[in-house]
Amino acid sequence: MATITDPPSEGFRLSQLIYDTRYRSLTIQVVASIFIMLGIAFLFMNVVTNLQALGKDFDFGFLGNRAGYDINQRLIEYSNNSTHGRAAMVGILNTLLVAFLGCIVATVLGIFAGVMRLSKNWLVAKLMAVYVEGFRNIPLLLWILVIFAVMTESAPQPRDFRGEDASASMILFDSVAVTNRGIFVPAPIWGPNSGILVAVFLLSLVAIWAFRRYAHKRQEETGEILPVFWISLGLFFVPSILAYFVLGQPVSLRYPELAGFNFEGGIQLRNSLIALWFALSLYTGAFIAEIVRAGILAISKGQTEAAYALGLRPNRTMSLVILPQALRVIIPPLISQYLNLTKNSSLAIAVGYMDVRSTLGGITINQTGRELEGMLLLGCFYLATSLIISGAMNVYNNSVKLKER
Amino acid sequence: MKKSVFYGTLAVAAVAAGTLSAQTLAEVQERGSLNCGVSTGLTGFAAPDASGEWQGFDVAMCRAVAAAVLGDAMAVEFVPTTGQTRFTALASGEIDMLARNTTWTFSRDVDLGFEFVGVNYYDGQGFMVPRDLGVSSAMELDGATVCIQTGTTTELNLADFFSSNGMSYEPVPIETNAEAQQQYLAGACDVYTTDASGLAATRATFEDPSAHVILPEIISKEPLGPLVRHGDNQWGDIVRWTLNGLVSAEELGITSANVAELATGTDNPEINRMLGTEGEYGAMLGLDGDWMVRVISSVGNYGEIFEGNIGENTPIGLARGLNAQWTDGGLLYSPPFR
Repeated sequence: MATITDPPSEGFRLSQLIYDTRYRSLTIQVVASIFIMLGIAFLFMNVVTNLQALGKDFDFGFLGNRAGYDINQRLIEYSNNSTHGRAAMVGILNTLLVAFLGCIVATVLGIFAGVMRLSKNWLVAKLMAVYVEGFRNIPLLLWILVIFAVMTESAPQPRDFRGEDASASMILFDSVAVTNRGIFVPAPIWGPNSGILVAVFLLSLVAIWAFRRYAHKRQEETGEILPVFWISLGLFFVPSILAYFVLGQPVSLRYPELAGFNFEGGIQLRNSLIALWFALSLYTGAFIAEIVRAGILAISKGQTEAAYALGLRPNRTMSLVILPQALRVIIPPLISQYLNLTKNSSLAIAVGYMDVRSTLGGITINQTGRELEGMLLLGCFYLATSLIISGAMNVYNNSVKLKER
Repeated sequence: MKKSVFYGTLAVAAVAAGTLSAQTLAEVQERGSLNCGVSTGLTGFAAPDASGEWQGFDVAMCRAVAAAVLGDAMAVEFVPTTGQTRFTALASGEIDMLARNTTWTFSRDVDLGFEFVGVNYYDGQGFMVPRDLGVSSAMELDGATVCIQTGTTTELNLADFFSSNGMSYEPVPIETNAEAQQQYLAGACDVYTTDASGLAATRATFEDPSAHVILPEIISKEPLGPLVRHGDNQWGDIVRWTLNGLVSAEELGITSANVAELATGTDNPEINRMLGTEGEYGAMLGLDGDWMVRVISSVGNYGEIFEGNIGENTPIGLARGLNAQWTDGGLLYSPPFR
């Protein structure tokens, strides 16, 4: 016999919000979010009041006004009659340029140094340790300034190239001039038919990719290994060189020449770009080296031994067994190194490289007095760039990560 | 107050909280020192000497204001600012006044919300080149690489000058005068451009000043003067009339040597009004009657400041030129103390 007792029909009491575990976490969250919102509202009101006290409004109209200043390194058309918005675009492209170049060199350097540091050769391993510890433990700004100062002080002035008894001369068959204003390299001149040449080159890249797929598939099916490297190398060079001569040499080089105050006619890689690029690459490369080393060490020795037992040679063991597994350890921290490099490029101001921090965040703000708007835009740009980089790298990470079946 | 500073900094550094309205005088007196923005180092205008003490033409302006409001010309906290940081420093209240070779322009006065209290140096933008470059006129500079301090009016003048003369150039933006000097001497730029007074001051510090020439062209008007924030008229008046007092003192022959004697009373009513023996001019500014006596006895009059820091007997060797009294054919013309 069971007596059914009614569940105590108690109403909701206010104290339950604190003492009843069913509601407590909810209460805490509601109270916390109220405080956070109050805090945000306070900050917002603070900005509004202070702007009012300063007699300023919040307006992005300045982006459409004439900038009035010149920028030395421009990847797009720009003059002092262009707008502040255009100047910001020039800066953004300069930031992206140095970040892109920096990421590539840092990755190459990092992988090289990371693998070499594990070498059994004592000298090589120690040299790499010196590189990694040296660059990792000294502030980036110092490296930027050191490289810039060395290039400015030790390289000859353009003037030194002039005259009969010039104290400096161009290198590489008179095609490259290293000066204290930057390195001048020949510029390509795209003649008629050069479009076809580019198309041939792109097609040969596609051919390399297709061939590699084919070779991989064939190896899976028959076990036969094709000389992939040599054929790829041939595909890379032969069609383009053939096309170059068949089309009658459509692309020629324009060598830099001393004219007036400076070299003209070539492409100028400014000291500021080179200093920033190399300092960022060397610094971030040292971190990437450690990430690569950690990734390789994370793969147990048993994997190598098993591969050897199957008769794989050491380089194939590395490329087929170790690296694919190491990559999934390497990629996630590598993403944050790329983000670091991109954000660190804002140190460009130290050497006068005209990145977005120097144009929009520097001169434009200074000329227009729009600190708040400028800094917000700058923040949004870096945020967006970082999110795009990590998004793209996450896609890659998903393709190499351990597939769970 | 502490709390509001904390939250304000959190909000946006550029609009840091703090009292931005009409209390600068009270704040300075309570603090016991004047926060004065100067350049990061330009010999003759503002630079620390061998013993680390700031010296120069702009520094004297800061000291004069400190003498007026605090009674002690040494009670100045110097804040070195670059061309890019100076306006933010002033707008946010980090400094009470800015005396840093700053050009008085419409947009700075009106749009940026500052108040230029006057002109303490009439200048213009010039060019300096190494003598062995063989250039004798700015019109021959087509294609040259030019070092400029970024965030200044010189940057804009330069762009206008080259484009209106159909010439091209390569700008090398640089943060401070010291860096510009290093780049210029290393030959990383052919030309250094800034205000002519700054060029003379920079050249004076070179190992061999005679190896560099300042080109004859002056491409702009650069009236340099001290400035304060908009909105505190009392403080603006104090700085303005300290400057006017320095100029008037030279005109009236009041020097640091004779000011004590003149302060006992003279036959000239204007001197008496300035030095506080007649009328209540100091009290109208919120100061005491001796304010101008302290200013002149500690830093001298305009002419003494000029000769002591940048005049013809100093290594910088600038002539008075436009900066002579109006009675001597210059532009210095102080409104009367009346």
